[in-house]
Amino acid sequence: MSQEVRVREEVLLRVRDLSIAFASGRSLLPAVAGIGFQVVAGETLALLGESGCGKSATALALLRLLPAAGRILGGEVSFAGRDLLRLPEAEMRGVRGGGMAMIFQEPATSLNPVLTVGRQLAEVLERHLALSGPLTRARSLELLTAVGIADAERRLGEYPFQLSGGMKQRVMIAIALAGKPRLLIADEPTTALDVTIQAQVLELLRRLQAERAMGMLLISHDLGVVAQMATRVGVMYAGEIVEEAPRQAFFSSPRHPYTQKLFAALPDLARRGGRLETIPGQVPPLSEMPGGCRFAARCAQAWELCRQEAPQWRQVAVGHRVRCHLNDGQGQRPGVVASVVAAAVTVDTLRSSAPALLVVQDLRVHFPIRRGVLQRTVGYVRAVDGVSLELARGQTLALVGESGCGKTTVGKAILQLLAASSGSVQWQGEELGGQSRRALRPLRRRMQMIFQDPFASLNPRLAVGEIIGEGLRALGMRAQRQEHAAAIAAVLQQVGLDQVAAARYPHEFSGGQRQRIAIARALAVQPDLVICDEPTSALDVSVQAQILNLLATLQADLGLAYLFITHNFAVVDHLAHLVAVMYLGRIVERGTVDEVLRSPQHPYTRALLSAVPGPRLDLQPEFIRLPGEIPSPATPPMGCHFHPRCRQASVACRERYPEASTLSRTHSVHCHLYPQPPA
Amino acid sequence: MAPVILWSDVLIWLLVVAAIALGWLSARNPLLRAAWQRVGRNRAGMASATVLLAFVGVGLLDSIHFRSLLESSAGPAAARPAAQAYSVDVLSLLDVALTPLRTRNEKTYSEPLATRAHAKESTEVRAADGRIRQSRDYPRLKYGGAHLGADEAGHDADVGDRLLRASGIAALVWGALAAAMAGGLARAEACSRREAWRRIWRNESDFAGNAVLVAMAVLLLLGLSMAMLATPYHVFGTDKVGQDVLYQVLKSVRTALVIGLVTTLVMLPLSIFLGVVAGYFRGWIDDLIQYLYTTLSSIPGVLLIAAAVLMMQVVIDTHPHWFTTAAERADLRLLALCFILGVTSWTGLCRLLRGETLKLRELEYIQAAQAFGVSDLRIIARHILPNLMHIVIIALVMDFSSLVLAEAVLSYVGIGVDPTMISFGTMINNARLELAREPMVWWSLAAAFVFMFTLVLAANLLADAVRDAFDPRLAGSA
Repeated sequence: MSQEVRVREEVLLRVRDLSIAFASGRSLLPAVAGIGFQVVAGETLALLGESGCGKSATALALLRLLPAAGRILGGEVSFAGRDLLRLPEAEMRGVRGGGMAMIFQEPATSLNPVLTVGRQLAEVLERHLALSGPLTRARSLELLTAVGIADAERRLGEYPFQLSGGMKQRVMIAIALAGKPRLLIADEPTTALDVTIQAQVLELLRRLQAERAMGMLLISHDLGVVAQMATRVGVMYAGEIVEEAPRQAFFSSPRHPYTQKLFAALPDLARRGGRLETIPGQVPPLSEMPGGCRFAARCAQAWELCRQEAPQWRQVAVGHRVRCHLNDGQGQRPGVVASVVAAAVTVDTLRSSAPALLVVQDLRVHFPIRRGVLQRTVGYVRAVDGVSLELARGQTLALVGESGCGKTTVGKAILQLLAASSGSVQWQGEELGGQSRRALRPLRRRMQMIFQDPFASLNPRLAVGEIIGEGLRALGMRAQRQEHAAAIAAVLQQVGLDQVAAARYPHEFSGGQRQRIAIARALAVQPDLVICDEPTSALDVSVQAQILNLLATLQADLGLAYLFITHNFAVVDHLAHLVAVMYLGRIVERGTVDEVLRSPQHPYTRALLSAVPGPRLDLQPEFIRLPGEIPSPATPPMGCHFHPRCRQASVACRERYPEASTLSRTHSVHCHLYPQPPA
Repeated sequence: MAPVILWSDVLIWLLVVAAIALGWLSARNPLLRAAWQRVGRNRAGMASATVLLAFVGVGLLDSIHFRSLLESSAGPAAARPAAQAYSVDVLSLLDVALTPLRTRNEKTYSEPLATRAHAKESTEVRAADGRIRQSRDYPRLKYGGAHLGADEAGHDADVGDRLLRASGIAALVWGALAAAMAGGLARAEACSRREAWRRIWRNESDFAGNAVLVAMAVLLLLGLSMAMLATPYHVFGTDKVGQDVLYQVLKSVRTALVIGLVTTLVMLPLSIFLGVVAGYFRGWIDDLIQYLYTTLSSIPGVLLIAAAVLMMQVVIDTHPHWFTTAAERADLRLLALCFILGVTSWTGLCRLLRGETLKLRELEYIQAAQAFGVSDLRIIARHILPNLMHIVIIALVMDFSSLVLAEAVLSYVGIGVDPTMISFGTMINNARLELAREPMVWWSLAAAFVFMFTLVLAANLLADAVRDAFDPRLAGSA
């Protein structure tokens, strides 16, 4: 479809030269600099970019909902023929919700907790469609049914806390649709959701868009989501759109060095065990925008001109334009960029007879549910319900599962941060459970943890040196003052930070650097096992690549064992040797990476893998739709925990939990589809 | 002269030392320094701080006590030459500075700046012919406007003249202070004096110098005018027993400060310790502490305070030998009041801190510390307490004003400070009857009201500035 044809179609939204700045004291910090794009009815424009590049500010500016410090400096936003920036506020209210509607990232906070779902829907209906009474109710029911909520009648009277995350996002979508908008702005609509739920929500959005011929502006940092949803893609970097292309062209031949790097930074199969391409540095802060090309400082191909002069738009193909001085004209296919040799660790060498460092047997963590005046225990939340693991030096075991399946609890129970209800955790043959704190202390040094959120895992009141030194001090490894400082400097260098960092405070560092500090803190006590609890899920793709590379290097150098807790299969594929898939507190399938990811046997693993949106157009397997959501671990279903959502469930599945079926020396699965061992 | 060390003096000076220590610590810690610098940029906050400093200055002057040596009279001194006799009156530096106000008592009520009393009296005047004539008129005051002599018509001119002179001196002093500030800024920022002056008024420096200068100008103008008028007149009039109201108001400042500050000394350790322990350890410890503070806060505070004060009163009355002077007795009662207020008011802050600790203990850096096997006490000291400090500082400054007001209310009800101790509360309590008189005696109440209002307003504005600067959620936006 050519650009000309599309222009003749109905252009819903045309943004020209939109500039946004944030007031800070006396000065204005430019956040978005003269961007322009258009959205046609029925198409999806995806704005792709890392955090802090102005995507969300753009979306909010379209609706004129910028926070108090935000200023629109200039430009034009014409929506259905009207310039929104010049509209009086009263008319703008009609546009919000009626013309354009927005879906936010976090469904938990975008619904009002004290109003029923029906009331919140009715609010929009009354405002934009002037409906009332029974009409409102009928229309609400219609909307809830349209977004795939079963038992809509009952849900109308419920409050947000009674709904699950996926359901809340559906309600949010229903509310957005209530005003019959012609353009839907979706700001990271699935970032807070699990992959299976994300797949459901994306499918829903695609269906609704097709039914209603809505335009959609999708804001995302996830190449996989973009590959599934977009018609056209605009890449934002530091407040500018640097490349705009139709989906096909974007994924087959990205032109801007930044886009190419983004693709190269994604972990995937082709470069397993190798190093990921990283983008050095980080997005420049608002206050220090460089004069020339904004990407020049991080671009490997930058030359003099890039630093002096900002590049102009250049058409490289039909509908494909790019802002870059490079005009070799040749887009590189992503993936080819990777040129680094794979590290010399292979699974087989590791799997050979290395003695296990950590043996976990039948670990259970049950949290009592207490009710009533006397706090009597009325039941248990079975967060972890019989998990067994083994991990040897130099190995990485990935524990995969959706949120709420108990994977973090396993990590904490191994570290003895939580008391296990039963089962054993043995460290080189020594039992950890039930030991006194004093007895545990020498063992603590051997196992450390890296946490998910680098902003919450560092004490903001302590200098980096003190944070890193804490472990040394607590474990009685305090040497002379000078040695102490030298140890801290050494470990900082190990994670790629300058040693002057020791005197600074966490807030002076970016997310990726903070995660490095957290890794340094764990490394300082020279552990053998590091439990990584989603260490990259709060980071941008390019930074994630840096951290994954760092972890790989450290493993190669120090022979660390990792227990990698994650929900990101691309990361698992890249880093792990062994994989265990958890569902509702139990491991349902385990094996080597190849066995589990290449030939998944458990229906849940298959569904999970199929739901992961791939950042490629070609290898998109058929999506296995999982109905419903994870049941509560307080009341797990009878029999196999997965049977209510399983398409292949039989009578046996409903009756008893399947034993492990061994498929190969390393691969086993808990499923009735495979021959059960004799009882 | 023999120094008298009252318990409240000790505590007040300890607080001064603590404040200096806190300032020193803040200067060393970059995070705290940044927060205080944010306070320094806040104009309302800095103007209030200037006013508060003036109050604190008065309070501190009033916190150095001594007993003056009695002029030895012939008889007993000759008998016991070695023994020096000291006056039973415990005086403070402020009392000495205000000697004219303290000693020149009229007979009874007189209006502000009056030369004659407030009520008519029958006087016997010997007429020119030698006959004694009864006349009913407003009697001349003994001290108020005494220097005018018979020329009472010159009163207005005299007042105006003194005000003019006060303004002149104020302008001079202010000019000197302003020049010093500009000079200091010029040195700190390495620019010319003129440039520094411009920066102060354009609000371009890192310190709200203009607000401080304006506040100082107002303070100087009012303060010096009062000082000029206070010697020959009674600026705020006199009360029932003819005591100068300005003197009473100034004496009340210390009482208010003691109540506002010392109470927090009692309250802080309780609420910090119990709040953190409850939040960190959970379980039965949490249950116990929660039970304690819910029970305590469900007893009506005034009743509890009344009971405790009355008990204290009984103890004081039955042990007169404990005290050598009346001032010591009044002081002990004041401290007891602080203590009781502290014991009843720790629950609010404790609850806040418990909640915050509950939140903090789940944070990942605490778990990281636990994974290192760091002891609980150390985790509390290094990770939890520093992250609670902003709440404590905010609560401290905000509680100050409510405590000052609480004292006024309690004294009004009659369970506050010792009746002999001058405080805003006792002044207001006395004014209750004065308001019912005809013609009304309004100046005691008005003076107490204006001073207390200024003190509390300044404290509240400073509290706002401190909260904005220290609250991590607001710090970014301000």
